[in-house]
Amino acid sequence: MSAKFMIAAAAVAAASVAGFADAASARDQIRIVGSSTVYPFTTAVAEQFGKSGGGKTPVVESTGTGGGFKLFCAGVGVDHPDLTNASRAIKKGEFDDCKKNGVTDIVEIKVGIDGLTIAQSKAGPNIKLTMAQVFLALAEQVPDKDGKLVANPYKNWSDIDPSLPNIKIEVLGPPPTSGTRDSFHELFMEPGAEKVPAIAALKKSDRKAFDKAWKSIRKDGAYVEAGENDNVIVQKLETNRNAFGIFGYSFLEENLAKLRGVTIDGVAPEYDAIAEGKYKGARPLFIYAKKQHVGVIPGIDKFVAEYVSAKAMSKDGYLANKGLVALPKAEADKVAASSKMMKPLAETEVTN
Amino acid sequence: MTDTITHTTAAPIRRRVDTTSPEAQAGVRRRYRAEARFKSYGLLAILTAAVFLAVLLIDVVTKSLPAFTTNSLQLDVAIPADFVPADQKYNPAAIRSADYLPLMREALKTAIPGIQGRGPERTLIRLLSTGAPDGIRERLAADPSLIGTTIKAPLLLSDDADLYFKGAGTAITTRATRGTATPSDTTGTITITASGNEFSENLVTVKLALAELARAAITEADRAARSTASGAAERAADLRKQADELLAHAKDAASAELLDSRLPSLLVAINGGLVKITQLAADRIEGEVLLPLSSASEAKPGDWRVVTYTTPESARKINDLEVALLERFKTNGQVERAFNWRFFTSGDSREPELAGLRGAITGTALTLLVTLILCLPIGVAAAIYLEEFAPKNWFTDIIEVNINNLAAVPSIVFGLLGLAMFLNFFGLPRSAPLVGGLVLALLVLPTIIIASRAALKAVPPSIKEAALGVGASHQQAVFHHVLPLAMPGIMTGTIIGMAHALGETAPLLMIGMVAFIVDVPTGITDAATVLPVQIYLWSDLPELAFQAKTAAAIVVLLVFLFVMNGTAIWLRKRFERRW
Repeated sequence: MSAKFMIAAAAVAAASVAGFADAASARDQIRIVGSSTVYPFTTAVAEQFGKSGGGKTPVVESTGTGGGFKLFCAGVGVDHPDLTNASRAIKKGEFDDCKKNGVTDIVEIKVGIDGLTIAQSKAGPNIKLTMAQVFLALAEQVPDKDGKLVANPYKNWSDIDPSLPNIKIEVLGPPPTSGTRDSFHELFMEPGAEKVPAIAALKKSDRKAFDKAWKSIRKDGAYVEAGENDNVIVQKLETNRNAFGIFGYSFLEENLAKLRGVTIDGVAPEYDAIAEGKYKGARPLFIYAKKQHVGVIPGIDKFVAEYVSAKAMSKDGYLANKGLVALPKAEADKVAASSKMMKPLAETEVTN
Repeated sequence: MTDTITHTTAAPIRRRVDTTSPEAQAGVRRRYRAEARFKSYGLLAILTAAVFLAVLLIDVVTKSLPAFTTNSLQLDVAIPADFVPADQKYNPAAIRSADYLPLMREALKTAIPGIQGRGPERTLIRLLSTGAPDGIRERLAADPSLIGTTIKAPLLLSDDADLYFKGAGTAITTRATRGTATPSDTTGTITITASGNEFSENLVTVKLALAELARAAITEADRAARSTASGAAERAADLRKQADELLAHAKDAASAELLDSRLPSLLVAINGGLVKITQLAADRIEGEVLLPLSSASEAKPGDWRVVTYTTPESARKINDLEVALLERFKTNGQVERAFNWRFFTSGDSREPELAGLRGAITGTALTLLVTLILCLPIGVAAAIYLEEFAPKNWFTDIIEVNINNLAAVPSIVFGLLGLAMFLNFFGLPRSAPLVGGLVLALLVLPTIIIASRAALKAVPPSIKEAALGVGASHQQAVFHHVLPLAMPGIMTGTIIGMAHALGETAPLLMIGMVAFIVDVPTGITDAATVLPVQIYLWSDLPELAFQAKTAAAIVVLLVFLFVMNGTAIWLRKRFERRW
């Protein structure tokens, strides 16, 4: 009897492999992977695309930027995704990986800007920070008064600067696996480090030590890794008025009733300030399309057109409603024009 | 005692215990106390668990309640006769693809006459969900004779407007007035002059708020003054100047004040319209007309009122005009609350008011079906072989140990296995319930094998021996007698295993089922997602309305779990045999 079962099971497996390898080769649905930051926007476009009769609604997976590139660059063909979301530009290594696997024509489309905000409860003391203060509060090692690197001694904000309130440093933020964490390092910690004289000097003398300084965050409890879910951080800030949280602008915008964005270097995280580039804690968001799939999987060009259309991407578009900060008009027009031509990314354009 | 035993050999052995001695009684009391203590510990443990469970359930259920109802506007929608070309009138496809936005806009403007200008019109249309025309579209497609008539239809509100009626808006207070008031015009920016100092009360409140802001500025300035950073001194001076200006305003009781979005919104309801105050003096105001006035004539005492939206505009998702419009719809009796059927009949969406669970529920059903079809026969067969037929040697011992090990492997590992095996090696489609089912089958197989073996072992050997005794073969004895008796136990184990699979997200992450999928899957190779994944995805979205949706999806998942576990208990009670 068990032998019969074995044979039956083997038969089922064989049949399924034969049958579904076939099903996979005829794909008529766009597949998108990548960043969880871009996910809320790409899904909105996907839904509109499906509703407007452009074709089947694309499937959008939330895999993270790095995971997205890994899948995207794995090869050309129906088994591989057509687009990937990214909360940063493609890296050299990823580009080479793509090329090695035959993904030679990648189209980069900048879709908007995401402000990375430090926020606090409205009930808490209203404080304004500089990048340098953020660095000093959160870096694992900071220079002491002789300029020597020591373990971060600051317990309260007022230890860093007497003008700051005398409350414990407590910042809730994303874990190292998150793309938002990478952005936080690049947008806040690195410029902050450059503003601290002793560390800035290090940049010239010992590049490695400098990079280590801004890439490491203290682990003594002042920085709390609150998980990938930004709503959890929002809820914790509501109950803890002295804590600060790091998350995307769209979450701040949804919770303005209870939260306030911390002004950084004199600029508050507001829509206009981010759009105009005055607020420094902002990063561009991208989608990458596989040009070799255009014409093979129906609708990719139409999907990209929907994404860059004014009704989606402009200041009054539905993506702005979802919290995406629109690109300045001139840049948006440029993106729309170049994405229409589907010009693939040249190797020289990949910088980091 | 020993004496008794040696001398009376015929009598039964008796052991006497003296239970009356004080030591013995103390011992008895001690034992009773220990027992009572243990009982109270146990009770305490159960109570603690029950309290946690109750708090969790109450929290989830109360948070989920808003998601089960939905608000819509009951409006008269006029459908012009030339809405679709005359020759296309009976073509459902043409009716479906027509532009419904103008219909919605006209219906809203008819309901609130006098809304002029592009800005307010856009605000009006934004109150409705993008899915508002869905109902009308289907009605027209089914019955084209409605074209050219006016129909009454519920138009779904957008998520923010919907939340407003569910209590996320602002408290509204109304104050009656004593004197008369005269507006200067009916639309645009107007002034309203009152016969007395009608607004002095509001003015005082505003001045107090200004004084508060001044105090905050002074504290800030003091901090800046202590700072060593460059520019801090200038900032401190700046702040002090601001504070002085604010204080000057706050102290001068008569000066008119400009209102901004940091203060509670003040409005005047007069002559059937609504005016938002922008500048406030004791006896006159200047403001923007939100809802047009019917005339610019003088309003009698008591006929006009001062309205306060307590939450400042900057602390709300919904602006003053939207609040005014929604309140008007409410007083007109056009807002209708109904059960949210859409939540169960539509797939996922990025608009909270349109998002539903049908896709996730179907995906879950398909995935679990694949899991059940695969792991029930394989699991039971493996259990029967190992329990009844396999020789007991080192090889079967190793298999047994490894089955137990497999049951303890973290579920993400099965996801990685699924990715490597089913997707990369066999080339099965990503995000499909087929692959999800295969991965979950691997996950629950050890559970089912272990439960089935326990159930088989629990059947008394006498049953099998009797069957063998009357000449049945080993296989007949197992399949005709042992297996039927073990079936309730096997079923229970299987259902509990399936309930375990129902709650898994981690292994599905790897095979692409953590995805935004709008279309409801129709087969095991369509892209699909499952309930726990849907919960995970919704919980991560910024829109406030998705929080209630998340809780509601959790409630649905819990109901599924209760039903499955309830079935397991029922099966056990119904078919269980005791020996």
